[in-house]
Amino acid sequence: MPLIAPPHPETWLKVTQAGLFCEPGGFFIDPLRAVDRAVISHGHSDHARPGHAAVLATPETLAIMTARLGEGRAGATQQALRYGEVITINGVKVWLRPAGHVLGSAQIALEWQGSRVVVSGDYKRRADPSCAAFEVERCDVFITEATFALPVFRHPDAMGEIARLLRSAALFPERTHVIGCYALGKCQRLIRMLRAAGYDQPIHLHGAQQGLCAVYEELGVALGPLLPATVARKDALKGAIVLAPPSAIADRWARRLAEPVVANASGWMGVRQRARQGGVELPLVISDHADWDELLATCTETGAQEVWVTHGREDALIHALGLQGIRGRALNLIGRGEEDEEASA
Amino acid sequence: MSLPAFAELLERLVFSPGRNAKLALLGQWFAGQPDPERGLGLAAITESLKLATAKPAMLREITMARVDPELFRLSYDYVGDLAETIALIWPKRAGVNAPPPALSDIIAALETTPKSEVPALIAGWLDTLDSSGRLALIKLLTGGLRVGVSARLARVALAEWSGQAVEAIEEAWHAIPAPYEPLFAWLEGRAPQPDPRAAPIFRPLMLAHPLEEADFAALDPATYCAEWKWDGIRVQVTSGPGGARVWSRGAEDISASFPEIIAGLDFHAVLDGELLVLRDGAVAPFADVQQRLNRKTVTAKMQRDYPVAIRLYDILFDSTEDLRPLPFSERRARLEAWYRRQQPPRMDLSDIIAFKQISDLQALRDGARDAAIEGLMLKRADGPYLPGRVKGQWWKWKRAPLTLDTVLMYAQRGHGKRSSFYSDYTFGVWREDGELVPIGKAYSGYTDEELAWLDRWIRNHTVDRFGPVREVEKALVLEVAFDAAQRSSRHKSGVALRFPRIARIRRDKPAEEADRLENVLALITDSASTPDQD
Repeated sequence: MPLIAPPHPETWLKVTQAGLFCEPGGFFIDPLRAVDRAVISHGHSDHARPGHAAVLATPETLAIMTARLGEGRAGATQQALRYGEVITINGVKVWLRPAGHVLGSAQIALEWQGSRVVVSGDYKRRADPSCAAFEVERCDVFITEATFALPVFRHPDAMGEIARLLRSAALFPERTHVIGCYALGKCQRLIRMLRAAGYDQPIHLHGAQQGLCAVYEELGVALGPLLPATVARKDALKGAIVLAPPSAIADRWARRLAEPVVANASGWMGVRQRARQGGVELPLVISDHADWDELLATCTETGAQEVWVTHGREDALIHALGLQGIRGRALNLIGRGEEDEEASA
Repeated sequence: MSLPAFAELLERLVFSPGRNAKLALLGQWFAGQPDPERGLGLAAITESLKLATAKPAMLREITMARVDPELFRLSYDYVGDLAETIALIWPKRAGVNAPPPALSDIIAALETTPKSEVPALIAGWLDTLDSSGRLALIKLLTGGLRVGVSARLARVALAEWSGQAVEAIEEAWHAIPAPYEPLFAWLEGRAPQPDPRAAPIFRPLMLAHPLEEADFAALDPATYCAEWKWDGIRVQVTSGPGGARVWSRGAEDISASFPEIIAGLDFHAVLDGELLVLRDGAVAPFADVQQRLNRKTVTAKMQRDYPVAIRLYDILFDSTEDLRPLPFSERRARLEAWYRRQQPPRMDLSDIIAFKQISDLQALRDGARDAAIEGLMLKRADGPYLPGRVKGQWWKWKRAPLTLDTVLMYAQRGHGKRSSFYSDYTFGVWREDGELVPIGKAYSGYTDEELAWLDRWIRNHTVDRFGPVREVEKALVLEVAFDAAQRSSRHKSGVALRFPRIARIRRDKPAEEADRLENVLALITDSASTPDQD
């Protein structure tokens, strides 16, 4: 037992205009604008912004940021930290745990004077053959995302959704199945799940998906045969599976496809009205975020007495945590989840 | 396992706009499901199976027994639909591993369970299902699956799946109740075609081909009879010891909309005719007939204001005698004899028009401006009554369409193949005060090249967006063809066009020179006696 009680995290971890700031450490976590020192949880653009002077992240996240933002814009100096390695910055111990969201995604654990906080970043608990699985880290305060924090979000088994896609491809062998999915993470997870389900045909990619697939392969995630959908002739795409950004699937780009079955892979597809708005014919409920039950279970498993809730529907989660005797608090971080909630879900 | 499979079918049907996709999905259902599940599913989809045993309030109550009210409120706010909220939020009781029910289990249990125990029964089923299964169950129990499959489309799917003619399926369909086991047995070649006996069933109608200029040469005037093509709704009347029905041409039972017709059916025959609103022998425009369609109950005032009658074209059965193999001329003689003998109320005969040569008819057709006449029908005098559209037997010769030069106002994306194209157009004409008022919407008439051109033009001339709709600069003239103009209180302009389609893109014409509302009003041929809508 320490003689002096550890400081409450409120006293040393602050919400500022630029984002969450660790005062004694002198660094920001996933800051929204360019700063001197940033610790980055993962490569999605609402977390990894360009122009920081120094960036600390997993080696995979650094590679992804460099590919997306360009050489030199993803941190003038980059420091790679592997999962589980501990470093100390101005007396604050910092280490990373897998978050299971996308390749390289990490929860950021901070400990100062015996007081421990874990910042979840975005996370999921389901198996994902394209990245490391989530690991629980015990802490005093857990800072969680809340993208799907309503009890109407209970994601079905993702491989079951892949099976539905393959049944549809068998039923409509003359049509192209085009799946709207985010270029970082969802795209590669879908490819790996299709391979796991035994689909060994070439998978066709929209131009926007190709760069990150190449990064994944360089980082050791094998994706099997991939072909560009941009140059393929319409006939060659009959019966094929094409992955494209959600914005492309119902627009002019899609005209090159043979009578497409338009699918979208996202946690939002669980709600019909959302699926209808996008003109989707085959909604696939495949999410890279924790669902309602997983959010609650994770908050409990961390042993935190207090949970701070960032982007999403914090009111429902804070209410439900209260019923379990856990104090919840809404952290209003500006600009989070604004990238394209449909896409990154 | 039938309910999860049924739920997957419903979900795919709801999200599939294309007809071919729906047919393929239904075919897979018929081929992959055992009896009686496939037939029960078919009946539920076509709304021939009505369970309607659960009220939304009861479902809400069993849900609230398990869900925190604040979380329910936040969820309902977000989802916006009660059935879907319950399907998604339903917390399964831990440890339930009973298999999900089959459709037949559900129907059987609901028949034998006392009313007070139904909520617990439903809660037990919900525990065995995933969210799409729960949504399917809730929709089944509250009535109204609304998956966009008509009974007609379902019969086409049966035809495509089995290789039998859709006309034969339509004859059998109404004689067999769900789950249609004898029907499936026949379609799979395991049993003979079901015999409808005395049941009042629909007999597929004989349809006509449009007559084109190129067909004139092959027409021998001596072998054809001519009739007016009346602009009402084509119906079949079936009456006999088994009951009486009025069917639409798509084999929907529309008897409930026309009680006064049904009341007069005291004979034993099957007749083909046009249902019209008739006032003192004068045929009212189609808009009046529309007032009577799709109504579950019909007030005495409706019956008075829009008096309906059937103008007879043909007779298919006289008592139990099947007249369909007889030539048209003989059937016509039988129809006239039957009519004289029977004197049926609210019915008259469609006249046969005498002519010597086709040019006589051309003059008649061009002279016909009565709103209730769509054109002429030519029927082979020696032809039997055949189901469907058989070339060379019956011709429809519609009068030339009316046209207007209109200005494109709004465009919306289409569905399916056209989902990336702005293919649905709202067009308007100029009002006296210089304002452009919309008078209709068209989705057809253009070629693929014209569609691509229009799509590009719309994207380059958008001035505002409202969801899927783009408002465009008022600068493009579209020549619109249509069959008739009618008065309408639903449109700002006060007129509605019948069958509007894009005839030409008038790139040469400035928008200011498009037609004016007074030109359109002059085309309205409503009879003055049309009562006001109330």
